[in-house]
Amino acid sequence: MFGESIKRKEDPRLLRGEGSYVDDIDMPGALHAAFLRSPAARARITSIDTTVAAAMPGVVKIYTADDLGDLDMDLPLLIPHPSMRPKTQRPLARDDVFYVGQAIAMVVATDRYLAEDAAGAIDFELDNLAVELGLDAALAPDAPVVHEDLGDNLAADLVMNEGDPDGAFERADHIVEIEVTVDRSTAAPMECRAIAARFDRLTGDLLVYDTTQAPISIRGGLASILDLDEDRVRVIAPDVGGGFGQKVMQFYPDELLVPLAAIELDRPVKFTEDRTENFISSNHERTQIHRIKLAAMNDGEVIGLVDSLVHDTGAFIPYGIAVAQVAASVIGGPYRIPNIGTHLKCVYTPTVPVSPYRGAGRPHACFALERAMDQLALDLGLDRWEIRRRNLIAADEFPYHREGLIFATGTPVIMDSGEYHESLDKLEEAIDVAGFEAKRAEAMAEGKYLGLGLGFYVEVTGVGPYEGGQIRVHPITGKVYVNTGLTGQGQGHETVYAQIVSDVLSCSVDDVIVTEGDTGVFDWGVATFASRAAVVSGSAIHKSAKLVREQIIEAAANMLESSAEDIVLEDGKAFVNGVPDRPVGFAAIATASNPLRYSFSESSQVATQFAPASQHDGPPLAEGAHPGLEATDYFSPEQDTWASGVHAAIVEIDPVTLDINIDRYVLVHDCGRMINPAIVEGQISGGVASGMGGAFYERINYDDDGNLTNASFMEFLMPYATEVPHMEMHHLETPSPLNPLGMKGVGEAGTIPVAQVIASAIDDALSHLGTSPILHVPTSPSMIHEKLVEAGHLVEE
Amino acid sequence: MKPAPFDYIAASSVAEAARARADSDYSVLLAGGQSLIPTMNFRLAQPDVVIDLSRVSELRTLEVDHSWVRVAAMVTQQKTELDPAVKAANPLIAETLARVAHPAIRSRGTVAGSIAHADGAAELPALLTTLDGEVTAVSSRGSRTISAEDLFEFHLTTTLEEDELISEVRFPVLAPGAGYAFDEFARRHGDFALAGVCVALTLQDGNCESIAIGACGIGSRPVRLREAEAALMGGTINDEEIAAAQEAARGYVTTETDMTTTQAYRRHLLAGLVGRTVRTAAARARGGE
Amino acid sequence: MALTDASNTVNVELKVNGKAVNADVDPRLLLSDYLRHELRLTGTHVGCEQGVCGCCTVHIDGHPARSCLTLVGQLDGSEIRTVEDLAGADGQLHVVQEAFHNNHALQCGFCTPGFLMSIVGHIEHEENPDLSDEGIRDAISGNLCRCTGYQNIVSAVREAIEGSDR
Repeated sequence: MFGESIKRKEDPRLLRGEGSYVDDIDMPGALHAAFLRSPAARARITSIDTTVAAAMPGVVKIYTADDLGDLDMDLPLLIPHPSMRPKTQRPLARDDVFYVGQAIAMVVATDRYLAEDAAGAIDFELDNLAVELGLDAALAPDAPVVHEDLGDNLAADLVMNEGDPDGAFERADHIVEIEVTVDRSTAAPMECRAIAARFDRLTGDLLVYDTTQAPISIRGGLASILDLDEDRVRVIAPDVGGGFGQKVMQFYPDELLVPLAAIELDRPVKFTEDRTENFISSNHERTQIHRIKLAAMNDGEVIGLVDSLVHDTGAFIPYGIAVAQVAASVIGGPYRIPNIGTHLKCVYTPTVPVSPYRGAGRPHACFALERAMDQLALDLGLDRWEIRRRNLIAADEFPYHREGLIFATGTPVIMDSGEYHESLDKLEEAIDVAGFEAKRAEAMAEGKYLGLGLGFYVEVTGVGPYEGGQIRVHPITGKVYVNTGLTGQGQGHETVYAQIVSDVLSCSVDDVIVTEGDTGVFDWGVATFASRAAVVSGSAIHKSAKLVREQIIEAAANMLESSAEDIVLEDGKAFVNGVPDRPVGFAAIATASNPLRYSFSESSQVATQFAPASQHDGPPLAEGAHPGLEATDYFSPEQDTWASGVHAAIVEIDPVTLDINIDRYVLVHDCGRMINPAIVEGQISGGVASGMGGAFYERINYDDDGNLTNASFMEFLMPYATEVPHMEMHHLETPSPLNPLGMKGVGEAGTIPVAQVIASAIDDALSHLGTSPILHVPTSPSMIHEKLVEAGHLVEE
Repeated sequence: MKPAPFDYIAASSVAEAARARADSDYSVLLAGGQSLIPTMNFRLAQPDVVIDLSRVSELRTLEVDHSWVRVAAMVTQQKTELDPAVKAANPLIAETLARVAHPAIRSRGTVAGSIAHADGAAELPALLTTLDGEVTAVSSRGSRTISAEDLFEFHLTTTLEEDELISEVRFPVLAPGAGYAFDEFARRHGDFALAGVCVALTLQDGNCESIAIGACGIGSRPVRLREAEAALMGGTINDEEIAAAQEAARGYVTTETDMTTTQAYRRHLLAGLVGRTVRTAAARARGGE
Repeated sequence: MALTDASNTVNVELKVNGKAVNADVDPRLLLSDYLRHELRLTGTHVGCEQGVCGCCTVHIDGHPARSCLTLVGQLDGSEIRTVEDLAGADGQLHVVQEAFHNNHALQCGFCTPGFLMSIVGHIEHEENPDLSDEGIRDAISGNLCRCTGYQNIVSAVREAIEGSDR
């Protein structure tokens, strides 16, 4: 099954409208929460009066900071780092608000309509304070500060170096220096965040459904913050409608307040964000400014790189410096650049906090590096493909060490494997670079501007610390149950894990049932992020499956009175080699492996027809043995796996609208061995669509006062099908040596190079008109217009 | 977000709706709801009274006579777009409607509702303005005709009185052999346009006998580009005249530079769209289509 | 969703997925909330409540429409069809559902019911659907998807049109 594009197991229920997303979960008698959120970016709360609102129809309780007792505290700092001066927000604002959208009060009422009515009736006054949203300006000595006790807006400051960058710049023939900006965006999963909680006073059980990517961590946090027995708290991430990083952030205030209200009010409580709330209070990402310099020799060899990056972390930094550190640590990309200097600064601005979103720093770094490589090619008169070819790390240079740079998980940069040259060659041929100039000339004759762009990227994936896999064979049905701690948001985990297990156990994929994201089922593990699920959970599940396979074979050998070497597994059954007509099914083996007093199933009837599954003396269950067929194992990667790829596009620019039309979008991608190529391609395609958003459409607009002016799908231009190109995909499968199946992650890959590809293609289409390069994304027809005016090509009165 | 509470009146006749309108200080009319309900969901609009016209059967007529395409207030955009008689009488209507949002919006959204909503970036107000159409405004005081020119006052604001409702929108039938075209540019398919242009013209012996050019997205209300029309009137619609019309069009852009779009770009875009639509319309009038 | 202001209700007769329903609801109740929370037809999803994303698309009197932009009170005498009604009584997936399954045209599945209802409406009403990539992209351009990048949805639509006995 490994390597086959089988159809997904999760599809039928989702297609029938029978998915169970958090808001779909029926909780009879549930109350509904709505929030009063700050309309100001930075302000002092001078009064809050809930009297009128509390008396409104259906209102059960209104919470402000004063009602939270011990919970009126700073929320956890998830990933501490010594470079930081950390600030996290409170569940509900006390005294001050720090961004438009910050929760001030929570209304709990009998339905959402009434809760919103009451939230709108809370009387409050704010005293607005000065704000500065520009990153460089926010770091200036006289800038208004977000957190007064810090004195300035510097949230973190970190230098990481590899080799001797200063020396490289001293001996370089040529230096390129550019500044690039990537604007703020947001993950915008189709399902907004939601949480539903129910508390049972008799048993003390707290049941929480949460759209989170990290239910185990939410469970631990809830238990510790609410002072509950960890074992009495069960957190389930059911079907989740996309996450893309936004849902790995924890704790959003509602994730704490909704369970709190369920306990205090002794009623189920539900909260489902609306789209506006998702824009103004669920975490954003992307804004970074990179000032990048390359030191090169005349033949195009890059011998040094220095990157100084400023990262907007929003009003708080709960997720640490992860996004900025990812960008800094991957800034060398796929190139053999021995000397690298990085300096990152994180800046507080009075805006929604920032945490990872698909790509998480990788797209920013790729844009900075690849724009600089294009500039270097231009400066040296070299072809853009050739300059990359001369600098790509060769296949025999892996593992490639860059250990002075530390990735956000704390592991040093060691790139495990890759076939970068082959990828580039394959793409050059697939998009027919050789034939492009003729096409361009033809288009030019018709008054059209045609350009070819490319972007190379690497993707750190499969990061630690670990995940686990638990596998059990059900004694009645013989079906194989697989449990893991991380979660899915549409990636097809149920299918790919089943493929892995089906291969090891030789059973049907249909008989493998995967559960993830339910702490009541399996509660060791970390979370879904950094394109790690297939590599880390997949490897853990593979290891566990091998243990279960051994158990099956041993038991079957006993039952069939044969030796383990002679046992063949096939289609959920075991038989002695050469005797396929006397098989024993997994159900009977599992039943026989469990010394039972009662017999009630067909499989126990079957099991009695064979010899005992275990041959030992003493009590029915041997000392040290466990009943049934079951194993749990873990995978903890020693290093991260590095996927890679290169994309190219041929773009036509409409002279009237200055819109782009993508004639061809071709890519070569390498994520090691693919479990399910259709699912890999789905991940890449979705990633490229997000990348198109970041290249040309999606930008979170804050005005100078800190108002988010486009907090809706009407104005935040997430692409429809009409704005996303058809993609031609080619694959390499360079196995990773770091896990038994040779896998690398793929979740974020597609997104990473797209802004570069589009910028590079637009530049190529317009450079003959004298336009300056695109160094700021997302770009737009209006920005292209400005460049044409600036170049004197369009005259503007 | 959910709508704030309101008093709901299910009118069964135009007269009843008009009475309800007269009786309340802040009422809104609910036709298809595709513009109104989003503003209510976001609580940007919190009317005291919502007068639902869905049960008013007299407002569901769509008629074409020698002079007019008559679209009653509850007729959907989709019905109007797909009606063969409308298409025969004035094909510019269907061409423009096809660019309004998406089919799932047009199936509920009404022509009159979009006109009454009066979004400066919307296609239908520009269409009505270009064609010199008109509406019937009804109140318990009686009814009156308001021309497109007099109807649109400002973004989301018409000259309708607070007790009036639009019972019918009328688009003139196009003269036989007339050329027409609508084109717009939106960043995403189906979005409100950054600029859109509507053209209708007739030729007499190859010369431009009449021409109307209207635009949306370039100001706080739909605009007739009269100077661009003048540049083409009487001529043969050659490249030089079109260039003059394009140049004249640029000055009509009043939308200021915002966070995503400069005014200069909008001028460039408007001029380009004027060129494209005029060429298409002229080609159609010459029988080139 | 038990709205408490019972003094101001509207009564409508509807057919939902072929079954007659009499609804006595608060006039501000959106069809999307009525379907999801009162009829427990949770296959209809809510993504923006502004009509842009298309997740809540259902059929009203045979045509795709946004349930988040429709008040239940407007629907007296109307017929509503939701995603739950697409598969046959025998459980057989609708040709469009099948095509989605065959082409890996869904990932998280949240936008999927809206896409299905839009596409089924398109196929039912369009006499000569355009099978070009561009034509199909136009036809599905009223629905947002964040996972798939649309490519496989385009393939699924093509397969469904070619495979449906129209």
